[in-house]
Amino acid sequence: MMNRRTLTQSAAALAAAAWLGWAPAALAADEAPDALIKRLSSDVLETVKGDKSIKAGDVDKIMVLVNKTILPHVNFRRMTAAAVGPAWRSATPEQQQRLQDEFKTLLIRTYSGALSQVSDQSIVVRPLRAAPEDKDVLVRTEIRGRGEPVQLDYRLEKTPGQGSGWKIYNLNVLGVWLVETYRTQFAQEINAKGVNGLIDALAARNKANAGAATGVAGAR
Amino acid sequence: MTTHARFTAWAARVAALALGAALLGGCASGPHANPADPFEPYNRGMTTFNDNVDKAVLKPVATLYRDATPQPLRTGVGNFFANLGDAWSFVNNLLQLRPLEAYDSMVRFSVNSVLGLGGVLDIASEMGVERHRQDFGLTLGRWGVPTGPYLVLPLLGPSTVRDTAALPVDYMVGDLVDHVHDVPVRNSLYGLRFIDKRAQLLGATTVLDEAALDPYSFTRDVYLKLRNPADAGADDDQGGKLPEDY
Repeated sequence: MMNRRTLTQSAAALAAAAWLGWAPAALAADEAPDALIKRLSSDVLETVKGDKSIKAGDVDKIMVLVNKTILPHVNFRRMTAAAVGPAWRSATPEQQQRLQDEFKTLLIRTYSGALSQVSDQSIVVRPLRAAPEDKDVLVRTEIRGRGEPVQLDYRLEKTPGQGSGWKIYNLNVLGVWLVETYRTQFAQEINAKGVNGLIDALAARNKANAGAATGVAGAR
Repeated sequence: MTTHARFTAWAARVAALALGAALLGGCASGPHANPADPFEPYNRGMTTFNDNVDKAVLKPVATLYRDATPQPLRTGVGNFFANLGDAWSFVNNLLQLRPLEAYDSMVRFSVNSVLGLGGVLDIASEMGVERHRQDFGLTLGRWGVPTGPYLVLPLLGPSTVRDTAALPVDYMVGDLVDHVHDVPVRNSLYGLRFIDKRAQLLGATTVLDEAALDPYSFTRDVYLKLRNPADAGADDDQGGKLPEDY
């Protein structure tokens, strides 16, 4: 009797877990791009606002949050390839992987640093100007707080396959496209020291950022 | 060596470096020279100079100001100066034939000046009236004047040849603080505005330093884009599209 009850409970718990685990993936596949951006932004902003240690400047904690919430919805490979430019094709798969990993670390760190300054902001998603069959759309948002609103636009692509859905591949902050800005930065390094030079420069920047954050945390 | 002597020696070294870079400015050409930045060697020298002044003086003072004053006071100070800016934005929005933006700026300035205690409270923002910041350099841009080469100014930082030419108009006509006749009051207002602005940027400069491989060219590229809204592609639905094959 006891055994049976436990069994039923376990089965119910398992089913619930499976349902919870499966539901967001199914949701993501059908979710409209502007709804996705709205949900991700609100999630992150609310968490940042409600967390005292994040407010105190704990960038590592924000990075965990960004990794968990935003990362599954970003096509880093496409972003990196476009930022690296023509040299991407001639890079070896190992070099491509390292470029992608270092660039990812850099962007997450920067994004998290910007988020650590959030106080009373809220996000407004502007109406989407796209046809239902579009596979590549622009979602415009504004972060409103004190003073001027901050323009933050996302370029998304629809990726085929189960549970993949819309992925962000470019970002516009205040009218400046991120990939375009990094393309110039990367070209400067590649022209001077080649692809390996760029990898080294990215790795050094990430190392310095991680060190600076530890220093700040220690000083607090 | 005393601190003062060390500072003098350092200042002399920086001045020499900046001057040397300025003299070299004419030779800025090479396979990778950026066409938008023919004065790059001078600009880099001046950026180093500005960074050092910032590190030694401006940033510490701004940090002190931030830590010693309560947030509501700083918000009030920022609002006050931003409100004066709205008046000049109104004029420039008019000159740029942007009637809606001019109207917003006028409403902002009058509402905040009267109901917001001389601009200390930003009531217009709470009413949902947006700020459309403009200056005479952007007005010239609207009239078709290109930005010209990138130019880093002593203490003032990033600018362009066009915006530098427009600065006297911004300062002598558009700046309401400049119209204050009492000299000590005027200078105090200048000082306070400078410190307040730097304090507001404390967070932004950290993010910028972390994001860039080469902070100089990163700042330059972003600045030129922001001063050239026409080709920023911000109003274009195709903006930011990337090739699919990689």
